[in-house]
Amino acid sequence: MLEQYTGAFLMLIIAIGIAVGMVVATSILGPKHRFADKAEPFECGESQIVSPHQRFSVKFYLVAVLFILFDIEAVFLFPWAVLYKRLGVFGFVEMFLFLIILGVGLLYVWRRGGLDWE
Amino acid sequence: MIDTVTQFLSDNLVLIVGAVKAAIIAVALLSSVPLLVWLERRLMGRFQVRLGPNRVGPFGLAQPFADAVKLLFKESIVQGSADKFLFFLAPAVVVFTAIVTFSAIPFGASFTLFGQEIGPHVANINVGLLFVFAISSMGIYGIVLAGLASNNKYSLMGGLRSSAQMISYELTLGLAALGVIIVSGSLNLVEIVEDQAVVPNIILQPLAFILFFTAGVAETNRAPFDLPEAEQELVAGFHTEYTGMKFAMFFMGEYINMITMSAMVTVLFLGGWNAYFFEFLVPPVIGPIIVFAAKVFLLLCVFIWLRSTFPRIRYDRLMTFGWKVMLPLAVLNLMVAGFFKVL
Amino acid sequence: MELFFFIPIALLSVLLAFGVVFNKSPIGSAVSLIGMMLCLAGVFVIQSAHFLAILQVLIYAGAIMVLFMFVIMLLNLKTAEDTVWKAREHNTLLSVLTGFLVLGLVYKLVEIATDANFGPGMPVAENFGTTEMVGAKLFTDYVLPFEVASILLLVAMIGALVLAKTKTD
Repeated sequence: MLEQYTGAFLMLIIAIGIAVGMVVATSILGPKHRFADKAEPFECGESQIVSPHQRFSVKFYLVAVLFILFDIEAVFLFPWAVLYKRLGVFGFVEMFLFLIILGVGLLYVWRRGGLDWE
Repeated sequence: MIDTVTQFLSDNLVLIVGAVKAAIIAVALLSSVPLLVWLERRLMGRFQVRLGPNRVGPFGLAQPFADAVKLLFKESIVQGSADKFLFFLAPAVVVFTAIVTFSAIPFGASFTLFGQEIGPHVANINVGLLFVFAISSMGIYGIVLAGLASNNKYSLMGGLRSSAQMISYELTLGLAALGVIIVSGSLNLVEIVEDQAVVPNIILQPLAFILFFTAGVAETNRAPFDLPEAEQELVAGFHTEYTGMKFAMFFMGEYINMITMSAMVTVLFLGGWNAYFFEFLVPPVIGPIIVFAAKVFLLLCVFIWLRSTFPRIRYDRLMTFGWKVMLPLAVLNLMVAGFFKVL
Repeated sequence: MELFFFIPIALLSVLLAFGVVFNKSPIGSAVSLIGMMLCLAGVFVIQSAHFLAILQVLIYAGAIMVLFMFVIMLLNLKTAEDTVWKAREHNTLLSVLTGFLVLGLVYKLVEIATDANFGPGMPVAENFGTTEMVGAKLFTDYVLPFEVASILLLVAMIGALVLAKTKTD
């Protein structure tokens, strides 16, 4: 069973080599002229006035939470879809209930304006 | 002496074949990136009634390679207040996840070479589809970390926007793929292709195909969903502070992801290396790989075509489109597919 | 062969777990946590729990850690760093309680380790840990917990909306 991952493991090592090699190569090659102005963050030619860490819309937080919930839902669906032929009508009813309950949730979030992006 | 060498070779045959395959595919993947950049620039030129790069080498083919060398020898500027380690880690994560994701994709029927059966894929994993989703979902951290480590408000905003976009469309991607799994009953990508020997899934699951491809375009941050790079609003978003090869690495990741996404669409919906009506034209061994590559090439051209046709979508519309149109449609498609299968 | 892969991965995961606790910046902690989860997925693969390994990457490292990252991005990072430093000031009662907790855990671990049988592992069925087997169990023997899980997800969805929407309404 482990053998099927041999190729992926080898690819993993090669990919680490490529990624690290590139970052190292670009740091070694190329000129190095450091001065204070160059080390400043890009701000369209101005020096930075406000901190980059401002507060953002709570919408992003809601998106992340909803993503977790629907991702868990999708993960439940994968074994179901694989076994679908064997489970038959029973499997369909089972998943229909599951999807309906979550559909109600999505509808509630939608109606309350949780999906609006004003 | 020779006996011990052959003994060693036959003992570790799986490992050696695997290493050779992984190395070949990694090199092919890396060298296809400049070619894809060239293709995009030439095609974009044609779409906009201009020539595109045509000075360096025949048909300008050497142009992206020259660009790569130039980028490698540019100064790698690290912004003073940036988090050094994470700043270097972010582009590495992008390239790393892009390459590893491709390792699960089969791109040809298996053939026999020197009495050894060889499948044209790095790894034939039982849960191949989930493996692709899982590893490609790690790619989001490259963008998040680039945004966080740069310590620049444009980068942070770009990183946040881009990651919110990617997670929203990842859901549709997974749910659309579920329609295919219901049809084929397997998560193994080779089995999914073999299941389509007669009819490709695009005919059985047309809505899933449209949803998957659209979500795929959004997932790879390509136009018209290239909000993270919205030059006019965010001065290139999460990679504002990056220069030289580190900057190019984000684009390498993007182009490799484009190839991977096209390959996934080919495997799931277009019947992989099955040639259908043209089966009699296909030579053995190398033929299926050519068929697969042709389908991927076609999809890559569609990617470029989309970029030169559609203007960028506004961010609020992008998010509401993902959550209010794509996601409900994907769930609906799944229910309908299940209903027809159970009949 | 299993041990050959297990030992480096396990050591790395422990190291990264220490990184979560001792890192000064919240981002560093979060990155260590992601690395640790990926190592755990590797351990699951070695134990031939393939589906579980994928879930570990997809849900924990791919979804929940994204939320962590968002929270770090959404909050003002500088104040978050300040709170980390404040938390390091001594609180005697808490320290003593945590100390007892750690001692109890160590005692239990030693007890398990001395009782454990380090012989060859139990052979597992051919399809152990595959998606098919997990699904077959889930959709026949454990139907009720599965349906209850959907209600749990529904409650979480409503909860998240209430939390995020209260101020703007």
